[in-house]
Amino acid sequence: MSEVSVTKDTAGAAEPLVVLDNVNKHFGALHVLQDIDLTIAKGEVVVVIGPSGSGKSTLCRTINRLETIDSGTITVDGKPLPAEGRQLAKLRADVGMVFQSFNLFAHKTVLENVTLGQIKVRRTPKAEAEKRARELLDRVGVGNQADKYPAQLSGGQQQRVAIARALAMGPKVMLFDEPTSALDPEMINEVLEVMQQLASEGMTMVVVTHEMGFARSAANRVVFMADGRIVEEATPDQFFSNPRSDRAKDFLSKILQH
Amino acid sequence: MNVLLDNFALFREGFLGTISLTATSAVLALVLGVVIAGFRVSPVPPLRAFGAAWVTLLRNTPLVLLFLIAFFIVPMVLFPGMSTYLLGVLALGFYTSAFVCEAVRSGINTVAVGQAEAARSLGMTFGQTLSLIVLPQATRTVVAPMSSIMIALTKNSAIAGAFSVTELFGVQKDLSDMGYNIMVVFMWVALAYLVITFTISGLFRLLERRLEVAR
Ligand SMILES: Nc1ncnc2c1ncn2[C@@H]1O[C@H](COP(=O)(O)OP(=O)(O)O)[C@@H](O)[C@H]1O
Ligand SMILES: [Mg+2]
Repeated sequence: MSEVSVTKDTAGAAEPLVVLDNVNKHFGALHVLQDIDLTIAKGEVVVVIGPSGSGKSTLCRTINRLETIDSGTITVDGKPLPAEGRQLAKLRADVGMVFQSFNLFAHKTVLENVTLGQIKVRRTPKAEAEKRARELLDRVGVGNQADKYPAQLSGGQQQRVAIARALAMGPKVMLFDEPTSALDPEMINEVLEVMQQLASEGMTMVVVTHEMGFARSAANRVVFMADGRIVEEATPDQFFSNPRSDRAKDFLSKILQH
Repeated sequence: MNVLLDNFALFREGFLGTISLTATSAVLALVLGVVIAGFRVSPVPPLRAFGAAWVTLLRNTPLVLLFLIAFFIVPMVLFPGMSTYLLGVLALGFYTSAFVCEAVRSGINTVAVGQAEAARSLGMTFGQTLSLIVLPQATRTVVAPMSSIMIALTKNSAIAGAFSVTELFGVQKDLSDMGYNIMVVFMWVALAYLVITFTISGLFRLLERRLEVAR
């Protein structure tokens, strides 16, 4: 994990790590990403928020090319995303991804989930990979579950393992696609706390979430999406207390109702 | 009087011939079938097209026709002097590989896409994703259809007897030529096939149970 500690206020001035330039994508007739320009600086935490179906997941997934784009460019740490193949695999190892549905490898133990990428992709010796995996599992608070299978863990525990699995690769940036949306309410905080800590340690993060508490306390910037476009970008305080666009006002009034 | 005991050496030779032919073809079919299944789900369009063509061609051709090609055309244009045993293995193995491929592919489709996405997002290559994450999880659903495919292969191997490969079914022809009662000979041959197919389904059931316990 990154050793640089960039504070919340200076992050904006740091060098760009992920740059999306005029990105467009269609699913058939649906124009799911429209002229997206987004620059994420090293150490910055960006929360992406917006109504369901607005293209947040797709945006997230284009950054490690789980979804291809039709036009525009995406660069990670100065390098444009390569086409499918070894180069792309190499780049993906530097981009951690945490899914809404955890996607832990069901046939592997918790420990194996966290060592597999290190051993097979990074070619880390097994003993070293296990040591690192146990440290990370301890850090996210599931060290005592190392020998269990994912199905034996609660949702919150599984998601924390998934975070440890991504961190084990030493990523430059972490993508979170609604990491707490599949969780029971009482488990949301244990995951958010881990993410919060990660943010305070200077990890570059793109987080799709509707958790306003997290956005307010950890994000440098909120990006509001609707219908495949970035409609509004602001600091969390500005965005939540004084949204400019009607779409954002409308959306916030809906999620604040309950 | 007793056909079996009087001609035990012949029966044994045929029995072992069938087992060997089936086992060798099975290995070929499994290796080819898994590789072709990999082709069919790969991100490379030419490989996918090759895989689809392979399956369509081999699955829809009568096996006897494949044997005719293997025995009369392959030696002529490719490998003159290849043993009839190997030609039989080729015909059976290629034919069966198409069915293995489809069973494996349907198994792959039962594994949640998120598993492969997680593997790819860690930086695993397509081959690593398939062999380390997807195939191991597909195994359980593939075992049952694979059992049927292998039993079909055992019985299909009888066709090789007509092409003078030593195996069980050919024994029947030799013995009836020698004047034995065909009914009795048939019964013993059928019983020998049963022994093999029952063993196969037993082994697969054992495997299925082992895989259930493993998780
Ligand atoms: N693989 C796909 N094929 C076709 N349409 C898709 C696919 N994935 C997403 N979509 C559509 O694209 C739109 C945006 O989806 P998504 O990025 O998941 O939105 P969000 O995460 O903001 O809810 C939705 O209308 C969704 O139905
Ligand atoms: Mg989504």
